[in-house]
Amino acid sequence: MSDTIIKPETRSFNVEEVRADFPILSREVYGKPLVYLDNAASAQKPRSVIDAISSTFDHEYANVHRGLHYLSNEATQKFEDAREKVRAFINAPTENEVIFTGGATDAINLVASSFGEDNIGEGDEIILSQLEHHSNIVPWHYLRERKGAVLKWVPVLDNGELDLEAYEAAFSPRTKMVALTHMSNALGSITPIKEMIRIAHEKGALVLVDACQSVVHLPIDVQDLDCDFLAFSGHKLYGPTGIGVLYGKADVLRSMRPYRGGGEMIKVVEMDKITYADIPHRFEAGTPAIAEAIAIGAAVDYVTSIDRVGALNHENELLAYATQRMSELNAVRIIGTTPNKGSIISFVVEGAHPHDISTVIDRAGVALRAGHHCAQPVMDRFGVPATSRVSFAMYNRKDEVDTFIEALSSAIRFFE
Amino acid sequence: MSIQELIEDFSFLDDWEDRYRYVIELGKKLDPLTDDERTDETKVLGCTSQVWLVTALDKSDSETSLTFRGDSDAHIVRGLIAILLVLYSGKSVSEILAIEPREIFAQFGLNEHLSPQRSNGLFSMVGRIRADAAAAAAQV
Repeated sequence: MSDTIIKPETRSFNVEEVRADFPILSREVYGKPLVYLDNAASAQKPRSVIDAISSTFDHEYANVHRGLHYLSNEATQKFEDAREKVRAFINAPTENEVIFTGGATDAINLVASSFGEDNIGEGDEIILSQLEHHSNIVPWHYLRERKGAVLKWVPVLDNGELDLEAYEAAFSPRTKMVALTHMSNALGSITPIKEMIRIAHEKGALVLVDACQSVVHLPIDVQDLDCDFLAFSGHKLYGPTGIGVLYGKADVLRSMRPYRGGGEMIKVVEMDKITYADIPHRFEAGTPAIAEAIAIGAAVDYVTSIDRVGALNHENELLAYATQRMSELNAVRIIGTTPNKGSIISFVVEGAHPHDISTVIDRAGVALRAGHHCAQPVMDRFGVPATSRVSFAMYNRKDEVDTFIEALSSAIRFFE
Repeated sequence: MSIQELIEDFSFLDDWEDRYRYVIELGKKLDPLTDDERTDETKVLGCTSQVWLVTALDKSDSETSLTFRGDSDAHIVRGLIAILLVLYSGKSVSEILAIEPREIFAQFGLNEHLSPQRSNGLFSMVGRIRADAAAAAAQV
C-alpha cells in the first residue's frame, strides 16, 4: 500500500465506466438484471470504497489517536486524511469543523442536544419545513417536549416548493434555530437554501442544513452557503453505513458542551474536575468508526474523480425522461412537480396502494421505495399515507427507466 | 375456507403473477372493517401500508378461542390478511400459539411477506395475534 494520497484525475462522465465500478450492479434478482432505483434511501458502493474498508482491516488497522506504535500512527493518519478529504469536499475552512458522527441522524441529534441544551429554552422557537425527514424533526421535538421550545413549520406549496413568504413570516425575536433540508428525500425539491440562510441570519437565528440528498448530487460549499451546521451521511454518498459528517462553524462548535462523554473527548479528567478536548475530538467520544471514516474519504475521492457536472446532467436527463414517460400514464400522479428538483420522483397510482405497486414492480427486478419515506408531515400535506418513489444515481441508465416504465405499466394493469 | 383448500388452490398456481392475483381475490372477498373499527387501537404498526386487526374472544368452550377480522388499504396486504385469518380465526389459544405461519406461507410461495421487514405490517400482525392469544390465556 502506498503512503501517499493520490488525487485521481477527474474523468469525463461515462455511465458505462461508472457502472463498471459498482460490483453489485451486475447481479440479478428474480433472474432479471437488477434495476436499482432506491438510491435516495441508500446508494450502492464502488469497488474503491469496498476496498478501502477491507484494506484498512487487512493492512493498517489499529485504534486511532491513542497508541504510540507504528500501526496506530498509520491508522490515525488515514483517519485524519479522510477528515481532510471531507473538509475539502464541502470547502470547510478548517478540519476542526468536520466532525465524524454515526450518521446524519446522529449529527442532527448532536446539534439539537448540545446546542439546544444551553441555547434553546421555554418559548424559544425552532423553524422547520414540512419537507423535513423525521431525522430533522424528531430531535427538535425533543426540545419541544423537554424544554418547552416551540416548533414552527414552513408550509409546502402544491408543486413541492417551500412557501418562502410564510418562511419569512415565521420568524420572531424568539427564533433560535432554523433546520432545513437542501433537497427533499420524499419529493426531490431543492430548496433555495442560500437565500433562506441569509434571511435566517438577518433575523438572528442559526441554520442547520440537512444535506443528505443534496451532497450526493450538488456541489456543497459551506462557506458560500454560510450555514452554521451541515449534516450528511456516508451511505447515500456511495460510502459506508455507520458514518456521517457534521460540519459546524468553529466558534459555534466551541461554545457547545459535549454530546457524549467518553474516551478521546477530554483533555484532563480528575476526581472532581474535567477539561474537554478541543473540536472536533470533543464531539467524537469513544472509538470512532475507523474503517468507515477512511472509506468515506474513499467515497469522496470517488465522487470527485468523476466529472460531477456531467453526472448531474446525466441524472437530470434521467429525471426528465422518467417524468415524461410517467406523465403519459393516466393513472399516475406525480407528487412534487417543481422544476427545481433533484433526481427523485414520488408518485401514487389511482386504485392501488404504493405497497401494491412496489410489490409487483419488484418482480421485474426493479427496486424502488414505497412508504411515507420517514417524512409524514409532507405526506399529510399531499393527503396521501404513502407514495412510491424512484430515485436515480449517476450509475442509472436510460434503459433502466424503460424497464421501470414497463414494470409500472404492467403493475397498473394488474390492479385495474 | 380451510387451510387445506388454500394449500390446494396455491398448488395450482405456478408463477408469482397468478399467486398475487389469487391473493388479491382473497382480499376482495374479505369483509372490510367499518370506519369505527379502524382505530389507533386496532391499527397494527406497519411502515408502508396501513393494517388493522379486530380481536374478539369466545369463552363459551372450555378453552378460550379468538376470532379475528382484519383490513388494509393495500390490495396485496388485504389478501395476505385473508390468509392469516384462515389460519388463525376461530382457533383456540393453544392452537393459535402452535401455528407456524412461516412454513405455511412458504408452501404458498409467499414466504418473503412474513420476513421481519419493517415495512410489512404482516409480521407485526402475527405478533399481535399471538400476543392477543397469550393475553387471553392469562385472563383465564
